[in-house]
Amino acid sequence: MDTSIKMNRGDIIFNIFNYTFLSLLCLTILLPFIYLLAESFDRIGNIKATGIYLWPQEFTIDNYLAIAQNTYIWKGYLNTVIRTVVGTILAVIVTAMGAYALAQKCFPHRTFWTLFVVFTMFFSGGIIPTYLWIDRLHLIDNRLVLILPYLVNAYNLVLIRNFFQQIPAELQESARIDGASEYTILFKIILPVSKPIIATIALWLAVGHWNAWFDCLLYIKDTNKYVLQVILQRIILQGTEQMMQSGGLIEGIYESRPEVIKAACIFFTMLPILCVYPFIQKYFVKGIFIGSIKG
Amino acid sequence: MLIGSKKMSSYYNRHSHTENYQLVLMFLPVLLCLLLFNYGPMYGLVIAFKDYQFLKGIENSPWIGLKNFRDLLSAPSFKEVFRNTIVISLLKLMVGFPAPIILALLLNEIQNKGYKKLVQTISYLPHFLSWVVLGGLFRQVLSPSGGLVNEIIQMFGGKPIYFLADPNHFLGMLVITDVWKEAGWGTIIYLAAITSINPELYESAAIDGAGRFQKMWFITLPDIFPVIVMLFILSMGNIVNAGFDQIFNLYNPAVYQVSDIIDTYVYRKGLVGMRYSYGSAAGLFKNVISFMLVFITNMIVKKNSDNSIW
Repeated sequence: MDTSIKMNRGDIIFNIFNYTFLSLLCLTILLPFIYLLAESFDRIGNIKATGIYLWPQEFTIDNYLAIAQNTYIWKGYLNTVIRTVVGTILAVIVTAMGAYALAQKCFPHRTFWTLFVVFTMFFSGGIIPTYLWIDRLHLIDNRLVLILPYLVNAYNLVLIRNFFQQIPAELQESARIDGASEYTILFKIILPVSKPIIATIALWLAVGHWNAWFDCLLYIKDTNKYVLQVILQRIILQGTEQMMQSGGLIEGIYESRPEVIKAACIFFTMLPILCVYPFIQKYFVKGIFIGSIKG
Repeated sequence: MLIGSKKMSSYYNRHSHTENYQLVLMFLPVLLCLLLFNYGPMYGLVIAFKDYQFLKGIENSPWIGLKNFRDLLSAPSFKEVFRNTIVISLLKLMVGFPAPIILALLLNEIQNKGYKKLVQTISYLPHFLSWVVLGGLFRQVLSPSGGLVNEIIQMFGGKPIYFLADPNHFLGMLVITDVWKEAGWGTIIYLAAITSINPELYESAAIDGAGRFQKMWFITLPDIFPVIVMLFILSMGNIVNAGFDQIFNLYNPAVYQVSDIIDTYVYRKGLVGMRYSYGSAAGLFKNVISFMLVFITNMIVKKNSDNSIW
């Protein structure tokens, strides 16, 4: 850190440049959202083409009302919430148990099983073999297919395992001497102490589930089980080539103003993340610290 | 790693069997999940060496050895797709790799903590949104009729450009939007490394008369070099991926010739088009190349310094 407080002319110029440059960058991030927000509240959209469009030309909340009346959007929300909550909680439990087991020096054939887990980080079956395999498991069009494959993520498991290994062994030893079962040790002693890493992993998983769309596109055929992202995708890609490939259309809520409806829909699906974001941001940042230092 | 060695086995025997039994039970769900959802599909990879027929299933489809791979490597469409993958990845690497580093260096120079936090908060946001959402966003923003960017272009007297349907501009848009999304988030790991640099180094440099840029070049960069190298090695493995999520949500037939990558090709031809064996061969090919790239890069780095990953 620069401890001198004397600033010469070069410093001042640099600072001006730096602050300006970074401010412009922030603007390039914010402007598209402002633009989209304006569009979503507009009746028809940017038809007057005068200058930069950052405020609706004919303000209306009709677009949002139209979306709120579409049952598929709400089903999508429900499906997404279900997979996020169930998927995250189950994954955290399963991964933590496995990480705890692998963290114990007395775990039989520990090296082999660690490699067994880590190998999956580097190699996978690929889109098609996985699809055929899921089909073989009769999980096509089953809600579980959006949850089960994500219960164990090697990277997360290793991260949690490393964290557990940093916990003083005396904590576990004294509990064992007192006759506590391994489950008790994990859930009553280790986990409460591991809140930072668990919170981080849980949030990573939750955001991953919330934003997931490809698995639903591949494996789910019933539009009632579609997650929010895929419903949104259908609406955005309506009428384009991708639409033809994925098959079928959702009942149009378009009428004559597709652009503004799309804009409102995008915001509608973004809203939860935008609201939660300020609160969860610091956990993610901390998570990278933990991951990079100990990983 | 001494974990599995003879020294440890005496330790392992010290614990009671009940403890081991419970630990094994705890690990069981992980084992099951990995077998079912990670190793299972890997078994399915055999169809890359077979002529998969739906009615016969995986086991009964006939073996054809490397024929799928020979078809793959001689098909002009695959060559084009492979070329696109490499080109897009290299472009993204050239712009997207230095961007967070430079941004981190600039952010590090900001004295005002509040402003720094503000910039960081704003710049992290796009990372949390899916490409479905951002794809929709950019389709509107880059629209030739009324889109934000074209409005600005017209304000300066230019003609509107149909960015997403023009093969000449599509790649540029891919790279820019990708950096837009990830650069801010990428600064985190570099800033973490920068904050662990010993402040005394900067102080003694200041006493020796070093200016801001000299400090950056001779102290900051060399100190975060290990992080840079590690991330570089990892991005080498990612070259074959080129960003399926982004491309799927932004591309269209008008720009297939420049934007079709291995993954989108496998999706359309292999999965939707039901050429399962062919598509699996392409996927396996991709995986092997990725693995080799990481391995080779790591080896090269290992020979020249102690910064390798393994």
